[in-house]
Amino acid sequence: MSEIVQTNSEAGTDSAAGVILAKTPNREKILQVVVPILALTLGIIGWHLAVTINGIPRYILPGPVDVWNALWTDSATLWPALLVTVRITFMALAIALIGGVGLAIMLVQSRILELALFPYAVILQVTPMIAIAPLLLIYAPDTQTALLICAFIVAFFPILSNMAQGLKSVDHNLLNLFELYGASGWQTLIYLKIPSAMPYFMAGLRIAGGLSLIAAVVAEFAAGSAGQGAGLAFRLLESQYRLNLPRLFVALLMLCGTGIAIFGLTSFVSWLALHRWHESAIRREN
Amino acid sequence: MTDIATAPAQAGSAETARKLVVSMRDVSKLFSNGTLALKGMSLDVRAGEFISLLGPSGCGKSTALRIIAGLGSPSSGTINWPSSRINAKGLPEGDVGFVFQDPTLMPWATVFDNVHLPLKLRGVSKGDARDKIMEGLEAVGLADFAKSYPRELSGGMKMRVSIARAMVTKPRLLLMDEPFAALDEITRQKLNDDVLRLWQQNGVTVIFVTHSVYESAYLSSRIVVMRARPGQVYSDMDIPQPDGRDPDYRTSEGYRQTCQLVSDALQRAIHAAEVA
Repeated sequence: MSEIVQTNSEAGTDSAAGVILAKTPNREKILQVVVPILALTLGIIGWHLAVTINGIPRYILPGPVDVWNALWTDSATLWPALLVTVRITFMALAIALIGGVGLAIMLVQSRILELALFPYAVILQVTPMIAIAPLLLIYAPDTQTALLICAFIVAFFPILSNMAQGLKSVDHNLLNLFELYGASGWQTLIYLKIPSAMPYFMAGLRIAGGLSLIAAVVAEFAAGSAGQGAGLAFRLLESQYRLNLPRLFVALLMLCGTGIAIFGLTSFVSWLALHRWHESAIRREN
Repeated sequence: MTDIATAPAQAGSAETARKLVVSMRDVSKLFSNGTLALKGMSLDVRAGEFISLLGPSGCGKSTALRIIAGLGSPSSGTINWPSSRINAKGLPEGDVGFVFQDPTLMPWATVFDNVHLPLKLRGVSKGDARDKIMEGLEAVGLADFAKSYPRELSGGMKMRVSIARAMVTKPRLLLMDEPFAALDEITRQKLNDDVLRLWQQNGVTVIFVTHSVYESAYLSSRIVVMRARPGQVYSDMDIPQPDGRDPDYRTSEGYRQTCQLVSDALQRAIHAAEVA
């Protein structure tokens, strides 16, 4: 026994170099935070100076102060609108997740189903969504549903194609191993195929998260829905017609913030799922 | 041709009537791309043997091993596992452990969970399997690494995990497909000693695919030399086994002679394939 234990010295040779997790030095950390903030602040100051020195009127280019004020005065209109857009975005993403993952699993199990659905997938994917929107507006029971379908179609494909690719990219030897131990189809799916598809799925999720917001906004432009329950994109158009540029800027900022939040959220989910084992989430020091 | 495929193993003592574990009769394997990987291979494996399948690349030794494992059926001929329970698919159930050339670990699972896998697929929970898993990890000297992920281990340690996983079901037959080909010489020798110890302690039957004369001569109780194009058994030899195979044995005269014998047989097998 003792002989075997000694052989652990092997652990110190080639493994150690690759595995120690790099700890970022403090200076680097400070730099990572300070530089971007400084650059952003400089940009805003430059914007402010350009507007005040040149005396640019507010209805052409509002300064940062005007935008800041508009954020407070227009909040009663803009926040509910943002909520509508965010709700559509997340509902579309959720349906796309369930549908994309479910369909990918079915496609991988059945070759015939895969071949049969392939032309539909390509047609829906290559047709610009904004061109389908008018049709959807006719067929859907109400505008909100039409918007939801638009955003769903766009978010659906990155998840479907990534998940299907991932489910097919399983290590062949591991498949053999599962076969050798008499694993059932379900066991192979749950214990092997789905975990090994995770990195692909997460890449799809990050793309789909960003796209579903874009799709929700574009669809709203196409729908031009007004009145109660209108989303942020409609408020944006409305501000343009009224030359209320500070409000337009605030709406833009809100969309931008939502996009960042979605990106942060999907990146965090991806990190949670992969950081223990996947190469993409491991920092190495050479 | 010194084809004496049916020679009984005489390792150990007078127990010549040892149980048959695997019996291949006239097995051929033709792949769909037209490659004839194996032609008319017959092989009897008896309990407790350590057989090396030795040969140049393309001689079908890995194909033979996969057929013995039940992965892919032969195109013609028969294969039997006389002392195993045969399941509905006609394959031996739970009696085979397989070690691939790569460690083939699940990167998302810890060392413990990787070794748990064969038992989990049979419905044994983590708690019930814990003792067996830890025992298996201790046998390969990795008990302290149960919570590590494969990426944190060196190549040799990953291979040990793979061996522990293959042994956790207490298989009757351990199949190893060039398991140490990608490792450095030092690690390889250590692992050879570990495998030898597992074999001596557990009485498991081992079939070991390799292209190294020295490895096969060090480990085996019997060496089956194969030739290429088409893959066939070229010669089948029993290897004299000194009781203590330890690092000293590597430099002994007996070992040198065995290597010479095996090397000559391999050269003839390679030559036979070139002439054909």
